Amino acid sequence: MSTTVVTSGTEGKTWGGGSKPLHASYGKLMMWFFIVSDALTFSAFLAAYGFSRFKFIDAWPIADEVFTHVPFLHGQDLPMIYVAFMTFILIMSSVTMVLAVDAGHHLKKSKVTLYMFLTIIGGLIFVGSQAWEWSTFIKGSYGAVQTKGGNILQFVDTDGHRVALSDFVVATPVENVRREDVNGLASVSQGTTPTYTIENVIHGLEAHDNILVRTQFLNEHGHPTVLSREESLSKVKSEAKHVVEGANLHVNEYGPPLFADFFFFITGFHGFHVFSGVVINIIIFFNVILGTYEKRKSYEMVEKVGLYWHFVDLVWVFVFTFFYLV
Amino acid sequence: MAHEHKLEIFRGLIKFKSNTQKIWGVLVFLSLVTTVEVILGIYKPESMMGHFLGMKLLNWVFIILTLVKAYYITWDFMHMRDETSSLKRMVVWTAIFLILYLVFILLQEGGYIFDVYDKGYLKRDF
Repeated sequence: MSTTVVTSGTEGKTWGGGSKPLHASYGKLMMWFFIVSDALTFSAFLAAYGFSRFKFIDAWPIADEVFTHVPFLHGQDLPMIYVAFMTFILIMSSVTMVLAVDAGHHLKKSKVTLYMFLTIIGGLIFVGSQAWEWSTFIKGSYGAVQTKGGNILQFVDTDGHRVALSDFVVATPVENVRREDVNGLASVSQGTTPTYTIENVIHGLEAHDNILVRTQFLNEHGHPTVLSREESLSKVKSEAKHVVEGANLHVNEYGPPLFADFFFFITGFHGFHVFSGVVINIIIFFNVILGTYEKRKSYEMVEKVGLYWHFVDLVWVFVFTFFYLV
Repeated sequence: MAHEHKLEIFRGLIKFKSNTQKIWGVLVFLSLVTTVEVILGIYKPESMMGHFLGMKLLNWVFIILTLVKAYYITWDFMHMRDETSSLKRMVVWTAIFLILYLVFILLQEGGYIFDVYDKGYLKRDF
């Protein structure tokens, strides 16, 4: 075997191969490049959100009034608490991830296993919380009325507290008319019927003297404008078109439909990243258990997936600021 | 060990004994910043409602605190502190330049469209 070439004669030369540019391995460098490009994608979404917000700067929903729910605490007004909890969970799972990377540097297999497991649990709690947040947002809380111009009218009592449609509107039984068209497919495109009709809302408003209309336009103090009793009645009678309960991609009881569109798109895209992060973490977790990295004497794979996981946390920090705080 | 970590944060003000200790230290700091943000977000102090460069002062505070958090996540959790300075610049400057550029253009345009609706003859409330 003495004839086997074991050296190429290029060792120590910059372009001889085998040298790591920037002292980072190929995998880590590529992960950084991916993170930069993904960061640009997310900033493009957030910048687009900023664009729409500046366009409707006088009518954008106030996040504290939209996200006020905490699981198991029904009917309590707790703005931001649950989102803060979600943020903390994600930061915490970032910590267990970095602890796993650190244990990997010291080749401690059992510690890496434990910390990877905790990271996966944190990720699952976060994704679950996000699903709950979505379902609460889709169901809505008070209900509102949409005008011909596409604006939202909400209802408050004389003290300025929000009033739900169910508190003053009595629904008349509506038979769910199913139009039969030639193909028999009419029911597919009809969608769901709201609980109340516009006539129900007008009757309810006339019957309750203490109910006023609140428009989505913000006054000089940054609060939504509340109309007088006469203005409220004439506004609803002349302009109201649809009853809106909850939010979807077309309408949104909290304000401009774009708010809901961006909420679903950006938090959805982030949630998808968290979900893929959990899946990748699970794969790496099993590789750790099987001893793949123990045999390689290098836990760099944990480090690479860690970079991705921290990036997901980093994005959430920005989403949290721009959706819930600013 | 081949993996040397820089254990100082706040420009050397706090120096940790081990990498694990530094991780917990950074967690405490990040949680503190988040708590401050949430408290400010719930109470919205009246003193911070003044406008500065087209935005409320409070919003600037939120954005700066977010950037502080982003710095510590990248530098300590993603170990950017231990990378070479050329790698740091490659990642950070590229992203910052492109993001500032895009955000400036889009926000400027959004503000312009708002003015068209607000001061012009176009109406969206009818």
